[in-house]
Amino acid sequence: MAQIVQEEKQKGGKKKPKKHSTHIDMTPMVDLMCLLITFFMLTVAFSKSKVMDIILPEKIQKNEKVEPPKIADSRTLNIILGPDDKVYWYPGKADPESPPPLQETDFSDTGIRQVLLERNKALFDKITEFEKKVLRGDLKISQDSLRSSIRIIKNEDDTGPIVLIKAYKTSKYKNFVDIIDEMSIVGIARYIFTDISWIEEGMVLTALGGAPAPASAPK
Amino acid sequence: MPKIKMHGRSPNVDMTPMVDLFSLLLTFFMLTATFRPMEPVPVDTPFSISEKPTPDNNYMTVMLAPGAPGTPGKVYFNFDNGPDTILHFRPKILAEMGKHYNITFTPQELATFEKLTESFGVPIQDMKKYLALTDAKERSKFETGVPTDSLDNQLAYWVLYARQVNPAIIAMIKGDATVEYPLVKKVLDILQDKNVNKFSLITNLEKIEVKEAKTE
Repeated sequence: MAQIVQEEKQKGGKKKPKKHSTHIDMTPMVDLMCLLITFFMLTVAFSKSKVMDIILPEKIQKNEKVEPPKIADSRTLNIILGPDDKVYWYPGKADPESPPPLQETDFSDTGIRQVLLERNKALFDKITEFEKKVLRGDLKISQDSLRSSIRIIKNEDDTGPIVLIKAYKTSKYKNFVDIIDEMSIVGIARYIFTDISWIEEGMVLTALGGAPAPASAPK
Repeated sequence: MPKIKMHGRSPNVDMTPMVDLFSLLLTFFMLTATFRPMEPVPVDTPFSISEKPTPDNNYMTVMLAPGAPGTPGKVYFNFDNGPDTILHFRPKILAEMGKHYNITFTPQELATFEKLTESFGVPIQDMKKYLALTDAKERSKFETGVPTDSLDNQLAYWVLYARQVNPAIIAMIKGDATVEYPLVKKVLDILQDKNVNKFSLITNLEKIEVKEAKTE
């Protein structure tokens, strides 16, 4: 921002004493401010990072005897996080004699989300219907109670799947976060992280086209 | 034809309003600026739809950074008592740690530790040397990660003492998207061993349009 200064033409040889204007040249100041503003605008961290809460069940102590919860096989859905952002899933329970074939999918919109939606349709519709009602103004509740009402809907639900999430050893942290994310997008009421079993590891290996599943359980 | 009269006005622009505006903007940005905290290693957090902001104080962060290929990655740890440093949690936690490992930290070292804001990935045995250095580059030599082995599980003790000194502390996990799951599992296990069952995973916000989630 250069300042253009027009030279006043001196008339006819008569020398007038030069008139100093009272204007201060602000150009350097503006220059500096531009720079500083740019610097601050670029360094400010406007978008604070977000957090996603997960609550895991309490660990069972070694000497404590707890009956494993009984879950209907028809309602369980096993999701295995595989390598290279792949997701495998199979319904029900894995039989060591004849492991069920793994379905392969991915984290795209048409991937695991569709699988989960299909099974969770009743609950998902209930939640979206409820949210719509609140948006339309049919129901007047605050944001906080909206969240807790949704939680109540989820707790009362007994149609949705129970999702068991397992991670293969080469899956990435990103997949872990993505799958929790999918759970909240689809509104799955019950999901849990469990350790991958040797049967499932074998199934993943088979699906990867590697060695066939080991026939016997390792000790 | 009449001559076009040239106005003798100088092309000077009055910059005063511009300067006024700029000063205002500058003041605004300077006051609202919260600088990104320096981290010893860059960590790319994964994306999620969660909109919950990170808390300002009372949290501890376990940072999972990708290591060299073939290694599980490094674990860094940090805890913050927020802007109110009256309670001096940081030096207290370090002193407790030192007591457990028979290392006595001088008040000077405790003060240096309090001033540090970045995560550290230093075994407690190297902490004295680490604190004596002032240069970030020299410090990074000691950043071998907080030991998490079952033989020398320092992370577990950091978590334990952080919770003893500040019972309101929340556990947060800041992991790089490429860290492999076994390391995540290990850290979760360590935290669960210390009865921390609620975690916050630090993520970046990614908007997902409603229509994507709706089908048929």
